[in-house]
Amino acid sequence: MTALSLKDLDISYGDTQITHKVSLDIAEGESFALVGESGSGKSTVLKAIAGLAPQWTGEIRVLGKARSHGVDRDFSRVCQMVFQDPYGSLHPRKTVDATLGEALTIHGIGDRNARVEEIMASVGLDRKFRFRFPHQLSGGQRQRVAIARALMLKPKILLLDEPTSALDVSVQAEILNLLKRLRREQNLTFLMVTHNLPVVSFLCDRLAVMRHGRIVEVASVDDLRRGDLKEPYSRELMQISAAHAT
Amino acid sequence: MATFRDWLIDDSPASPMQARLGRLYRIFGALMHNPLAVIGAIIIICLILAALFAPWLATHDPLRQALAERLLPPSAAHWMGTDELGRDIWSRVVYGARITLMIVALVAVLAAPAGLVIGVVSGYFGGWVDRILMGITDIFLSLPKLILALAFVAALGPGIENAIIAIAITSWPGYARVARAETLTFKNSEFIAAVRLLGASSIRVNLGHVLPLCTSSMIIRVTLDMAGIILTAAGLGFIGLGAQPPLPEWGAMISRGRSFILDQWWVATMPGFAIILVSLGFCFLGDGLRDVLDPKSGEQR
Amino acid sequence: MRPLLEIENLRVTFPTTRGDTDVVRGVSFTLGRERLGIVGESGSGKSMTGRSILKLVRAPGRVYADKLAFDGIDLSTRSEKQMRALRGARISMVMQDPKFSLNPVMTIGEQIAEALLTHKSLPRREVNDRVHAMLESVRIAEPERVARLYPHEVSGGMGQRVMIAMMLIPEPDLLIADEPTSALDVSVQAQVLDIIDELVRRKGMGLIFISHDLNLVSSYCDRILVMNTGEVVEECRAGELMNATHPYTRGLIASIPRLDETRDELPVLDRSAWAKA
Ligand SMILES: Nc1ncnc2c1ncn2[C@@H]1O[C@H](COP(=O)(O)OP(=O)(O)OP(=O)(O)O)[C@@H](O)[C@H]1O
Ligand SMILES: Nc1ncnc2c1ncn2[C@@H]1O[C@H](COP(=O)(O)OP(=O)(O)OP(=O)(O)O)[C@@H](O)[C@H]1O
Ligand SMILES: [Mg+2]
Ligand SMILES: [Mg+2]
Repeated sequence: MTALSLKDLDISYGDTQITHKVSLDIAEGESFALVGESGSGKSTVLKAIAGLAPQWTGEIRVLGKARSHGVDRDFSRVCQMVFQDPYGSLHPRKTVDATLGEALTIHGIGDRNARVEEIMASVGLDRKFRFRFPHQLSGGQRQRVAIARALMLKPKILLLDEPTSALDVSVQAEILNLLKRLRREQNLTFLMVTHNLPVVSFLCDRLAVMRHGRIVEVASVDDLRRGDLKEPYSRELMQISAAHAT
Repeated sequence: MATFRDWLIDDSPASPMQARLGRLYRIFGALMHNPLAVIGAIIIICLILAALFAPWLATHDPLRQALAERLLPPSAAHWMGTDELGRDIWSRVVYGARITLMIVALVAVLAAPAGLVIGVVSGYFGGWVDRILMGITDIFLSLPKLILALAFVAALGPGIENAIIAIAITSWPGYARVARAETLTFKNSEFIAAVRLLGASSIRVNLGHVLPLCTSSMIIRVTLDMAGIILTAAGLGFIGLGAQPPLPEWGAMISRGRSFILDQWWVATMPGFAIILVSLGFCFLGDGLRDVLDPKSGEQR
Repeated sequence: MRPLLEIENLRVTFPTTRGDTDVVRGVSFTLGRERLGIVGESGSGKSMTGRSILKLVRAPGRVYADKLAFDGIDLSTRSEKQMRALRGARISMVMQDPKFSLNPVMTIGEQIAEALLTHKSLPRREVNDRVHAMLESVRIAEPERVARLYPHEVSGGMGQRVMIAMMLIPEPDLLIADEPTSALDVSVQAQVLDIIDELVRRKGMGLIFISHDLNLVSSYCDRILVMNTGEVVEECRAGELMNATHPYTRGLIASIPRLDETRDELPVLDRSAWAKA
């Protein structure tokens, strides 16, 4: 079954149209990467799916159901988003416990204590962090909290906006391993924005390359590993990445 | 004691209570490193103590007239002298602390939350809600505080309660502005987007997430404003529209003492000192709080 | 020739509730008119090193150094006012969080214009053109539209490019760039780095490039410092980073995924292993 399908999605902010006819189909359990030019509208696509960029035409289907334009409660149980900046995505005056427990309170889910502990264990956060404030956590720990918050409602789909670009390589490795394990354990579907092709190669099954608000190419990760991308722009990205690695 | 401190500064608190107390302790510790803030805090604590223990601190009945003892200079019997009706000024100043504290507390309780809510709503929703609310706010802001308070008191009739209401009405717009500005800087942040994605209602987002972020700048602002509020109350008292005789309100006391300012300077000066001291105390404390609570400095990272 | 920047035994200390902690512990290096990369894990003191050169470490943090000299000027004795004169004009720093460094309630265009006007008085008409030209120079298409946006309305990578553009306005002698390109795609990243590179070559600007992208640093810089817990653990020529010997550096390198990645799990730093070594 397709977890996420976008058809002819045109997203605008005010009078400016950001994306043009974006169409994607992402299967359940798949990990899909969105790469491409800075400012091409990758984050905007994720925001539209999440309901944070309500001005769009076309069709968004999530697990077969058409998506409304705003944020709604039922949807929040199906799909969650992790933001790019681990420093900006946690409330500075709330402890980890409050941040994680919020989702449970909103949806009237009981058993808060056990749930919070369980989720913290599953993202590899020690219990001693539970009542700390964000400024007492490192970047990697904050990102784990953000991932834990997204998983609190046990969603099927996770939208990840550059989840590791603000982190150093060793913490990035930890988070990538974590995401891979969570996806296996909970059969999650990922739609991930990233600039880092090696990360795509590690974590994803397929990728779409975006430029100027359009998808220019969809390829499998095997194509990427073999260097088999077709479009000139995708090849350019690939070649620069490869040049760095030597 | 040492173990209690360790419990407070524990990096891995075991309960939300401990985390919050730890945060307060850290703020308190930082505040104690700022000499001016300490002075301010001491002054305000003295004010509160004076208000609480006025009957014990006062040497005379503040209202009892003794015409035989009128306009005596400061002496061992009357530490600050006596006024034109022979009342002991020290006792009146001490009892006046109660009135000042009541004015300050009531204005803070009435005006700050009102300003906070209006500012947050206005900033968060934007659009026409913002335009209407801020339009009203601006009208209030554009008129001088004392004049506006005067107009209200004139309409409501003189008296301490009406003075408090008038001051509260004139001071919320400042708080609304601060709260709106803060809200604007936070409302687009990712942590607010994240709670919205969890399905939180607008009310919940505003009350539970945006509002707490505005409280520290609000506390700073209210503390700094206290001086102005005290002065406005004194001003109203001075022109006879605030506290009515024989209440020992500081502004009214100055007003009555001004006819003797050249020969019996203490009558007007002593309550004047009290006003200046308390105003300074609030300013110092507010400044110190600003250094400690400002989200852009230290504590954040 | 005199080096552009000389640092000896730099220390940054923060008082905490449990006594003082050193977050930079005796860092020394000299910088000529070259590109120096600083890498290391999060919290290793990279940003603090950069900030202490500009004396931007916030209280209660304190900076000590046996020597801290920029182009023959002793920075440690300079007053705040004298530092301010240096900061904009001769030393610039691109801060790590563009979203935090930009004013959230002012448009991008207004902020760039303000930066322009603090360095030069320009006629009003020219300011707009200069702002648009600058946005274009960092590969931002539609500069007119972007100039009218607020910081939260631009993409992550655009924010970073705006910061870089603003910091390059005065054509400084020394640029400290703290993770300036972490949100950029590789193609735009290469173009932006070219702009910086051009200043290094043409004007002899010195560059301190702080980053956690080891691949990028090794291909872009001339020399690299590897930092860990406030100390420089290894210094090498950029091309030789991949042959580094220190176990910490090797650990970092091992955890980078590759373009043809097939490992099921990435190795993470095992702190205990090399701490004993
Ligand atoms: N709230 C907004 N109002 C107006 N324009 C916006 C808004 N948010 C984003 N944009 C515009 O939409 C375009 C795409 O932004 P988006 O954040 O989706 O880019 P991106 O592909 O994620 O880039 P990056 O890799 O740099 O993060 C940009 O031109 C940006 O200026
Ligand atoms: N105000 C502060 N009080 C106490 N410690 C601080 C303060 N600010 C920073 N530190 C500490 O200084 C150390 C170095 O921080 P710095 O920002 O230089 O790290 P970094 O190497 O730039 O890391 P990153 O890659 O995450 O940016 C960190 O361990 C941090 O916890
Ligand atoms: Mg983005
Ligand atoms: Mg840093």
